[in-house]
Amino acid sequence: MEEGKKLIITVLGYDRVGIIATISAILAENQVNILDISQTILQGFFTMVMVVDMSNSKCEIGQLRELLVEAGRNLGLEVTVQHEDIFKFMHRI
Amino acid sequence: MPFHISKDEIMETVRMVQSENLDIRTITMGINIQDCRHRDGNATGKSIYDKIVKYAGNLVKTGDEIEKEYGIPIINKRISVTPVANVADGLNRDDMITIGKYMDEAAREVGVNFIGGFSALVHKGFTHGDKDLIAAIPYVLSNTERVCSSVNVATTKAGINMDAVYLMGNTIKQTAELTADNDGIGCAKLVVFCNAAEDNPFMAGAFHGIGEPESTINIGVSGPGVVLNAVRKYPEMDLGELANVIKKTAFKVTRTGELVGRVASKRLGVPFGIVDLSLAPTPAIGDSVADILQSMGLERVGAHGSTAALAMLNDAVKKGGAMASSYVGGLSGAFIPVSEDAGMIDAVLAGALNIDKLEAMTCVCSVGLDMIAIPGDTSSEIISAIIADEAAIGMINRKTTAVRLIPAPGKKVGDWVEFGGLLGRAPVMKVNQFSPAGFINRRGRIPAPIHSLNN
Repeated sequence: MEEGKKLIITVLGYDRVGIIATISAILAENQVNILDISQTILQGFFTMVMVVDMSNSKCEIGQLRELLVEAGRNLGLEVTVQHEDIFKFMHRI
Repeated sequence: MPFHISKDEIMETVRMVQSENLDIRTITMGINIQDCRHRDGNATGKSIYDKIVKYAGNLVKTGDEIEKEYGIPIINKRISVTPVANVADGLNRDDMITIGKYMDEAAREVGVNFIGGFSALVHKGFTHGDKDLIAAIPYVLSNTERVCSSVNVATTKAGINMDAVYLMGNTIKQTAELTADNDGIGCAKLVVFCNAAEDNPFMAGAFHGIGEPESTINIGVSGPGVVLNAVRKYPEMDLGELANVIKKTAFKVTRTGELVGRVASKRLGVPFGIVDLSLAPTPAIGDSVADILQSMGLERVGAHGSTAALAMLNDAVKKGGAMASSYVGGLSGAFIPVSEDAGMIDAVLAGALNIDKLEAMTCVCSVGLDMIAIPGDTSSEIISAIIADEAAIGMINRKTTAVRLIPAPGKKVGDWVEFGGLLGRAPVMKVNQFSPAGFINRRGRIPAPIHSLNN
């Protein structure tokens, strides 16, 4: 098994201006490349799933998570950051 | 998504971790210490200490790194070693006590909360080393914080060593008395087994079996909360369909363990042993096996029907889990400890659940009468008889059974014992007071059952 460098970021909470801008600014500052974004708003509730690649980032996953969770908290959002392998293992044989 | 995982699937996984308590319960490193034997307890203990620190020095750090990188909580990192009775055979009781202290220090040094393997396998009889080790158990469990002990008194192939059953009744009583200040907490670190598993990652019964390699990584997953939510979604479903839902859920939970096991094994340079498919509850609300049984339609766990519900749950978890992992082992079944499961405690308080029903439930799941507080004045013969009953269930049904009872000193039925943390708290339960002394004092060995003759 190869340990990849792709992460899945999810953001949940009430919709407001600047959510994507805030999250993607942190990613850009840390040289984390966004591969895919999917976002929906249902009755004012915002859900975003991002696939990012951090193979060129000098940041540790733990540090990146702290930055994103902290930024999310300031906007009243719940942010999770997990390695893509968790999802691959759980949902695909 | 680049690898075609749908958004719903991603959100399902996130929910499992965020709100359903999905976690890796333990990464347990098994370490062979058979080469650590020296002329006395001190030299042997020192050698064991050095080997544990050398092999497991990075265990906690690696576990923490995997937790951070993968975003999956890894609750415990633990160590199991070769049964000390085998390693230190020929040394005396005081040497065994010294070795226990070194094990405790090694566990503290590498930062694990429990170390298992202060153990003896005596299902057919005692060696001198076994006797000295068992004599040392009460002192080791009362003078150390992290050492866990287990004694295997029966197997399907050998029958039940009733001399050992008799001895363990006394040992449990003595351990409780020596830790009376803490409600007999020493007994929470002592398991009496039938058909003990050599690769079990869960404490207090973990040890590194004789057939195991030099070192190995075994994983215990935990997902009662995830299964509970899956069952709650389908209140109308018939039981065959519900079994299928549980299977699919168990598959997902176990895959996480498989992934973490593979990564940990690679990073530590230690072979991957097994994933243990147990549903292990914690005192956290919603992380309860009892709640699953209740969500299947029982008013309270302990009601008639509990054994059938548990049998189905246990089997479905195994079927789902077996597909998810390349190597399954350990105990692999739902645990029904009382003190570690809020739903079990509630059922005891409501009068729905008693020891007799728990005993019946252990016929169809892992592992046995686990973390049950009983009155402090319970006689050693009664404790031995409870062990004998559980061993008989294990022996006849070719499964692992265990007894982890806490005869809480000075406590009566209805009082509480408090252990804190993962060990939780428990109400003292009623025990049948009619005397089994005449039976227990016969001693000897109950022969292996006829179906063990399968060669």
